[in-house]
Amino acid sequence: MPPFLQVDNLARYYQGVKAVDGISFTIERGRCFGLLGPNGAGKTTTVEMLEGINEPSRGSILYQGKPLGRRFKDEAGIMFQTTALQDYITVRETLEMFQQMYPRTIPLADLIESCSLDEFLDRDTRKLSGGQRQRLLLAIALVNDPEVIFLDEPTTGLDPQARRNFWELVQSIKKRGKTIVLTTHYMEEAYVLCDDIIIMDHGRIIAQGTPEALLAKHFGDVVLQLPKSDFPADSSQLKALEKGDLVEILSNDVNQTIHQLIELDISLTGLRIRPRTLEDLFLALTGRELRA
Amino acid sequence: MSFRRFLAILRARNKEFWRDRAALSWNFIFPIMIIGGFAIAFSGDGPDLYKVGITDAENSQKLHFEETQYIQFIPVTDLPTAITKVERHQLDMLVSPSTQQFWINETSPAGYMLERLLKGSDDGFKRQAVTGQGIRYVDWLISGILAMNLMFSALFGVGFVIVRYRKNGMLKRLKATPVTAFEFIAAQVISRMWLLLSVSILVFILTDLALDFRMYGSYLDLLIVFILGAICLISLGLLIAARLASEELAGGLLNAISWPMMFLSGVWFSLEGVNPWLVKLAQLLPLTHVIDGARAIMIDGAGLVDILPNLMVLVVMTAIFLIIGAYTFRWE
Repeated sequence: MPPFLQVDNLARYYQGVKAVDGISFTIERGRCFGLLGPNGAGKTTTVEMLEGINEPSRGSILYQGKPLGRRFKDEAGIMFQTTALQDYITVRETLEMFQQMYPRTIPLADLIESCSLDEFLDRDTRKLSGGQRQRLLLAIALVNDPEVIFLDEPTTGLDPQARRNFWELVQSIKKRGKTIVLTTHYMEEAYVLCDDIIIMDHGRIIAQGTPEALLAKHFGDVVLQLPKSDFPADSSQLKALEKGDLVEILSNDVNQTIHQLIELDISLTGLRIRPRTLEDLFLALTGRELRA
Repeated sequence: MSFRRFLAILRARNKEFWRDRAALSWNFIFPIMIIGGFAIAFSGDGPDLYKVGITDAENSQKLHFEETQYIQFIPVTDLPTAITKVERHQLDMLVSPSTQQFWINETSPAGYMLERLLKGSDDGFKRQAVTGQGIRYVDWLISGILAMNLMFSALFGVGFVIVRYRKNGMLKRLKATPVTAFEFIAAQVISRMWLLLSVSILVFILTDLALDFRMYGSYLDLLIVFILGAICLISLGLLIAARLASEELAGGLLNAISWPMMFLSGVWFSLEGVNPWLVKLAQLLPLTHVIDGARAIMIDGAGLVDILPNLMVLVVMTAIFLIIGAYTFRWE
């Protein structure tokens, strides 16, 4: 059986700029696949080629062994980074319009319930909040009961509460066995939602695998955090990094590190231990902060 | 082509039209204001220049009468048409030197004056009297105003809106669905045409109640001219909007097309007697053919056969605009 989505040597050039520069990967059915990277890494260009919106300059994309075609259009659900909706029509009318465009659809009631659209169903689409709008756009992407759902930075610009609500929605879609392709520049989002990820920078893939495997491969240590005020300035035997109000100590052996801290008579009241994150991974791979 | 998808877009677009009250009411108020304004402005006497038609002017000896100042002498070829013009006060007098006859309208003061002048300068002319109501400027203007409104509404309501949809990403969203370009465009054309015709018919009826336009032809024929005109102008709007993504550029381009068209197509004044080069140029503009056709029906009582050349031009132009427009159309 051919892979669900197979990408080979994909590239897209804009007037000499290599937005995407020869990338290859495979997406398996029922997984949540994440494309990560900073703004301008080529995530959106890549995902738009996968969606069939943007023509590749080079390379191939096969959906269940065949080039993207009519069947793919009927079976794909797409949520763009920015989408304008028709003015002067309500949420319900918008959903009805999109429903009529597809041969196979899911009942409107199911869609309304699963995306929690009830409370603003008869509101003009111009009067929605950021979170409500994203939920509607997700509902539109789900209207044709798609096999694969593309989400391009779906939570950018949302407040933390709305972001968590949105993650729950995505997880419920995942539970129904759908394949999800997600781009994001929030590493936490990728860690929560994605089964497989690729990290992109300058149009190329710099790392790929499951988040856990990537972290295990690149890091054997954990991070100990202490408030800067509790930390003496002259403790040179500990490798400490300053990060805002905190200092972070990287450690392969937590017992030994804590022992050292006690010997130095440092208060452990504010001690926290966190695992390495994808954020750290990106920094380690590129030498740059992700949001810079 | 899926009729279901076409209808889905058509319905949504229609809802947007009818719910956007500000734009919708402007569509009605604008033409009524113009027609009302001109009806008041031109309700008095017409210009002081007399117009006299001369038949067979080249082959007959010049009359003394023709040396009179402040009279515009217009050579005419077709006698029945010229007589009709006298009936409708478009000509104040018609003189045929070869048959020694002249025609005037009994109800026209200008005719009375000209009869005295003719008798004073040339002898032996036989008087032929006709009657009929004059054509006022508003009777002549209504076709032009309705057609002009059609043009602005078609070009900006379709062209500008599609460019906006492209710029804000709505077209891209539709591209990601099974909707085809043809279904999308057809829905835009039909929904806008529906609006344009409703507006034109309502404006015509309302202003007709107040001004009682002269109508010598068939209302159905007039409707057909406006339907063909609407489709042609909407197609022109689509062609301009086929791939532009800048609203500013689209706006500039639409203005650059619509304003010359408004002046050259004879909305406000007849192009008779202006530079022949401009008259030829006007023939290239779709609006000219809409207005010529509509006026011929209303004022001259022409049938569809009489204005067939105008109708053919509109059909051919529509085909050209649509083919190039569909061929160059871009979602993004």
